[in-house]
Amino acid sequence: MNREVQHHFDVLVVGGGPAGMAAAACAAECGVHVGIVDDNLRLGGQIWRGESDDLQNTERSKWVERMRASGVTTLFGLRVVHQPQAGVLLAESLDSVCALKYEKLVVATGARERFLPFPGWTLPNIMGAGGLQAMVKSGLPVRGKRVVIAGTGPLLLAVAAYLRKHGAQIPMICEQASWQTLSRFGLALFSWPAKIMQGFELGRDLSGLPLAANSWPLAAHGQQTLESVTILRAGRAETVACDYLACGFHLVPNVELALLLGCAVGNGGVRVDDFQETTVSSVFCAGEPTSIGGVELALIEGQIAGLAAAGHTKEAGACFSKRRKARRFAQLLDRTFRLRPELRSLPSPETTVCRCEDVPYSRLQRYTSWRAAKLHTRCGMGPCQGRVCGPATQFLFKWNPDSVRPPVFPARVETLVATAGQLEPQHSEVRGGH
Amino acid sequence: MCSQVTVTVNGASVVVPPGATVAVAMVVAGQACRTSVSGEPRGPLCGMGICFECRVAIDGNPHVRSCQVLCEQGMEINTEK
Repeated sequence: MNREVQHHFDVLVVGGGPAGMAAAACAAECGVHVGIVDDNLRLGGQIWRGESDDLQNTERSKWVERMRASGVTTLFGLRVVHQPQAGVLLAESLDSVCALKYEKLVVATGARERFLPFPGWTLPNIMGAGGLQAMVKSGLPVRGKRVVIAGTGPLLLAVAAYLRKHGAQIPMICEQASWQTLSRFGLALFSWPAKIMQGFELGRDLSGLPLAANSWPLAAHGQQTLESVTILRAGRAETVACDYLACGFHLVPNVELALLLGCAVGNGGVRVDDFQETTVSSVFCAGEPTSIGGVELALIEGQIAGLAAAGHTKEAGACFSKRRKARRFAQLLDRTFRLRPELRSLPSPETTVCRCEDVPYSRLQRYTSWRAAKLHTRCGMGPCQGRVCGPATQFLFKWNPDSVRPPVFPARVETLVATAGQLEPQHSEVRGGH
Repeated sequence: MCSQVTVTVNGASVVVPPGATVAVAMVVAGQACRTSVSGEPRGPLCGMGICFECRVAIDGNPHVRSCQVLCEQGMEINTEK
């Protein structure tokens, strides 16, 4: 770690996915100085990960071009970890620390998969559904590999289609939702614009994929790595040999940064007004952190947030009706892929719930709150800071997550020291959780 | 953009396509990224830098999330103990 950089923007956007790209482009087109920062190495977030820069006339390329034409400053490989004072965020890369000053901020930190613990789920080669897809987009070959896909949400089908296109065999897709719910969802999809369909890649390349509803994983087996998985398929247990298990239970919003900034969160998402402004003045939020709604809602919320942050509220207001329609789709998603209560009994007493600190289910059962469990067992106190076990325990035990303390991601000591304005790092060290 | 990248994982050579992340090299090599506090092998989970399960040591630097770093020719990667 060897350099300190400072930037000052009229509008700073955190998160380079669809919502953040739309916010940055729309704000910059109003003539203000805009920066966008992302932990990843390229624009596109998770949904457009791996899309080549050579592709033209895609939704991603359209926004990349609008950002370029309007002069947005892009900062990649930088992770926001802290707000040392109002109006300044601190971000670090592998070898630098960066102070980002802003007048207005747009939080577009996206979503992550929800993971639920079941016996064996910590074995190598069990990944999220989006997780395995991200790995394949990052170069993992899956040709000829047997991949069982399990969990819930439209992502399962999109991932199945993607993996099959890359040569994987898909013995089974296990969706916990019932056929009735799924068919209502499928029918409802016909009334939505084609763009929403595109976002989820549904209806494409799905023919012949072995989808089982009312089904979920009971246990994964293997010595050093995954060898097979036992599935409860419509009431009957069967064991399927596989090389990978891609398992995710829909998405949860990334609200940690918004919480750190003091924004109110309710009903699973960051609370915003009509202009996407949070309860903290000058801090806007767009996309999945407000509610899981897919790419179409993220884009429209991003546009509104970007325009409003740049002071163009009239133009922002013109987008409200489109947002209303996209929000109804978010509600449909929520109804369709709600977790069934039976999944609460998936873990056995020995099943690891907190993967960072290896805390088993049996040690958590006696506590009545997330805070008490953290204090007594170290659950959620490791490097992921409860990003994996937090949503799991929220479902398993109905615990509510508590406040967030800085750093919002594990940060090097010298990055934290930089908050005090003394930047003479000697060596690197990682500070873990809280 | 056609030549493959060779890295070393726990002392053995692994060949990956250009642009592959270190996490991909670990999975291709069949090696755990890290050993958990109770001694279990762990590999990548989220694929997007959130879960910290794919932490490895790269060229002697510990605690690096392997899904966020691209393989470079000659890189030495080790399972984090």
